[in-house]
Amino acid sequence: MANEIQYQYQEDNLIKSEPNKYREEDLKSEEMVVNLGPQHPSTHGVLRLEVVYDGEVVRDVIPHLGYLHRCFEKHAESLPYNQIIPFVDRMDYLAAMNSEHVYVMGVEKMLGIADKLPKRVEYIRVLVTELNRIASHFVAVGTYAMDIGAFTPFFWLIRDREHIQRMLEWASGARMLYNYLWVGGLFYDLPVGFEERCAEFVKYLRPKLAELEGLVMENKIFIDRTANVGVLPLDLALNYGVTGPMLRGSGLRYDLRKVDGYSVYSEIDFDVPIGEGKVGTVGDCWDRTDVRVREIHESLKIIEQCLVKLTKEHKRTKEFDPQELVPKKIRPKAQDFYIRGETPRGELGFFFRADGKSDIPFRCKARSSCFVNLSIISELSKGGLIADLIAILGSIDIVLGEVDR
Amino acid sequence: MELDKIISLLKSKFGDEVIHEIDENASPKAVVVGVADIHRVCMELHTNEQTYFDMLSCLTGLDNGPDAGTMEVVYNLYSVPFEMGLMIKVKLDRNKPEINTVSDIWKTADWHEREAYDMFGIKFENHPDLRRILLPADWEGYPMQKDYQHQEYYRGIKVEY
Repeated sequence: MANEIQYQYQEDNLIKSEPNKYREEDLKSEEMVVNLGPQHPSTHGVLRLEVVYDGEVVRDVIPHLGYLHRCFEKHAESLPYNQIIPFVDRMDYLAAMNSEHVYVMGVEKMLGIADKLPKRVEYIRVLVTELNRIASHFVAVGTYAMDIGAFTPFFWLIRDREHIQRMLEWASGARMLYNYLWVGGLFYDLPVGFEERCAEFVKYLRPKLAELEGLVMENKIFIDRTANVGVLPLDLALNYGVTGPMLRGSGLRYDLRKVDGYSVYSEIDFDVPIGEGKVGTVGDCWDRTDVRVREIHESLKIIEQCLVKLTKEHKRTKEFDPQELVPKKIRPKAQDFYIRGETPRGELGFFFRADGKSDIPFRCKARSSCFVNLSIISELSKGGLIADLIAILGSIDIVLGEVDR
Repeated sequence: MELDKIISLLKSKFGDEVIHEIDENASPKAVVVGVADIHRVCMELHTNEQTYFDMLSCLTGLDNGPDAGTMEVVYNLYSVPFEMGLMIKVKLDRNKPEINTVSDIWKTADWHEREAYDMFGIKFENHPDLRRILLPADWEGYPMQKDYQHQEYYRGIKVEY
């Protein structure tokens, strides 16, 4: 009984469960509907794009989401605040630390313990988040280059990402889904020798980044495929709520780490790169990728400053307990709270409603950055070529786990 | 611009009864407006040069349960030039949750409203394309409602696991 196959194939199942928006009678005589995905390497997960095209020209794109929907918000309504953290990890699985950071920050602010955290905890948080940001940008740039047709950068970047993943595994015990940042502190202090290993890694990575720039950003084929493609004007980007490297690629210096200055980011010196239209127009696919690559440099700067602080001012002591402020019972006062933070993909926000009577949020909504960024795809790709659609989709850098939640 | 200035601006424009309640406890601070007023309030906040809320960060649907008999829609606005946020809350009747769309003001609302419709069954009037977004089109019921009972079978697959 347990092994019985429950699903019976029926021809109209797909038509009923996720019908196309365009019917045959809506199309003009030369137009065609083609489904891109849900299983397609360039969609970076399970996303289905219903593409209406006329010859090689894209007329309309309708994304169909939900193939990876795991009811995060419904689960969150039945779990205590601290037990939601692993679910938050699984939203954006390429940048789990960043998501965790935003989430725990929100709960701490609701509890009113955010200002009491030891500085060492804050610096460790920023250190691991920035490491994770680099790893995430590596996947973004690597897979993007692969979409465009360059295979080598992917291998080189995954090789370097491996160093980061091993370091984070050393600290937290997991390679991708960490559950390392806790409400009120950390799971553990950094392992002994982590700071030295990390400094070594920064020294190793700098020349590799120069290689990356030569291999991808200055590559003639890459420039031909991405410059002047998918140009996103700033007013449209703001109207769609697009954030992160996409918005900065369109030329607005808007980074929540600077704007809100949360955690210890206000004490750290770093720049916010924006798109300048070096090889094409401001806001094209090349600019968005360029912002990501330059952000890696900035993240390295942040990591170096954190390492200095962690080895001098806030160095390891025997008395330091990262779980000192972890509350036994997390019960915020009744309130509505919206917290946001900068993940590699943009603004990740959590809306909480606490009722003041239980340890479980009454409502926890995740404002996912990719979900919002993806909504602009049809606006960007209309009138372009099919090949450009792939280039645009890659430059948005979606993680379907976060889109569908 | 402070919250009281925004409130007085809205009151001078639409009359005193436009603001039902002020929630200073919320972060960012919130105002509660009526269902009928939401579109013109948002339009005013979006276009007025003194407020200029050019970004809709988040739109949340919310169900208070059958006992309270209300649903809510929460708008989180943000103004990039003035660096300020504002929360707007609207209470809806749970038996007939209908509200005007703001997707013509901010395109962000398009997908967020579809999600709220998908999860709570809130109908957004004048929305250009109100379909389910995350769940399959033939799913029964609205899962985020507090009294939701899932269907027993979906396509012959047992839903309970």
